Amino acid sequence: MAKKKGQTIVKIYQDWCKGCGICVTFCPSGVLRFNNQGKAEVAHEEECINCGFCEVHCPDFAILVQPKNETGSRKNQTESMKVPASAEDSMNPSNEEIS
Amino acid sequence: MAKVTQLIHNYLRHTKKFPHVFCPGCGHGIVLGSLIRSVHAQGIPKDDIVLVAGIGCSGRIPVYVDFNTVHTTHGRALTFATGIKLANPKLKVIVIMGDGDAMSIGGNHLMHSARRNIGLTALVLNNHIYGMTGGQSSSTTPFGCYSTTTPFGQMEKEFDIAEITKACGANFVARATVMQANLMDRLISTALINPGFNLVEVITPCHTQFGRKNKYKTTVDMYKWLKKNATPIEKYVDMPPEKKKEVVSTGVFSHKDCAGLEERYAQMRQNLNGGAA
Repeated sequence: MAKKKGQTIVKIYQDWCKGCGICVTFCPSGVLRFNNQGKAEVAHEEECINCGFCEVHCPDFAILVQPKNETGSRKNQTESMKVPASAEDSMNPSNEEIS
Repeated sequence: MAKVTQLIHNYLRHTKKFPHVFCPGCGHGIVLGSLIRSVHAQGIPKDDIVLVAGIGCSGRIPVYVDFNTVHTTHGRALTFATGIKLANPKLKVIVIMGDGDAMSIGGNHLMHSARRNIGLTALVLNNHIYGMTGGQSSSTTPFGCYSTTTPFGQMEKEFDIAEITKACGANFVARATVMQANLMDRLISTALINPGFNLVEVITPCHTQFGRKNKYKTTVDMYKWLKKNATPIEKYVDMPPEKKKEVVSTGVFSHKDCAGLEERYAQMRQNLNGGAA
């Protein structure tokens, strides 16, 4: 767990965020902020120290913090975890199809 | 730190509607995440886990996870779990209860499960109120706090779940707040592998029903209070009595490893059969 800044990618699934503000308030380096819809968004990704607080304390599993330098399968992982945009669709972030 | 969320997604039932039903800022989601991480860390297969829940907000948790799940009647989650454990002792039975479920209507069952020391893992999600039914005061509402049924302040003293369970003889009793996710992970992991009755009480804020009536303006204020007032039990015992009322003690209250009821039962059967299995 490197404490250097700017080593991570922070992603927020807007569809799952309820805007409770835990991540925004308790982030030690002010990475996140509210957008105009009242949900969390990433403002200063370069400030992230990868403490992982927001990831484990998000009640809605909406935050993903990943190291940048794991180049191998990182892109695929984040792509496969994207939540479908259509709200009525059953949420299926992983690529494994559920019949 | 990565892959934590990915891991949780692997355990969710994606045919259910997400985001889940809990209010914004409800701690139940954090407990669910912690439970999944602990189960994964112990390497227990999904099929070996039975998640039993009673009625209340906490009863919604098993809906979202891909274990064997039972949603039972109010307060009787522990009795169903006792039956499941004795019928098939190989299963890991996890019981999720709210404070009303565990202490009010099912208080008797909790005491006797602890006394029997049956091999269950009980998670009590204590939000100090009956959240789902409209914010009535429960048996864990702190003295002087306001709720729908106590508009001038609660006049009764509250239960201390961890102390009661410890006094009843449970093997492992611990308490954490949802602000201490890493401590909660450790406690639930221990509770999963320890034999006998293991109870982890989690203090989780209910802003919708409790916080708004008790001068917490936002959800985050309740989390700030938890962060400020959570005290390790080692420090807590040395504090002066008037300060003890204002803080929440967290940590391990009791840790024994006596054999559970199902082990003693198997042993008894073996003895009565003359040594044969």
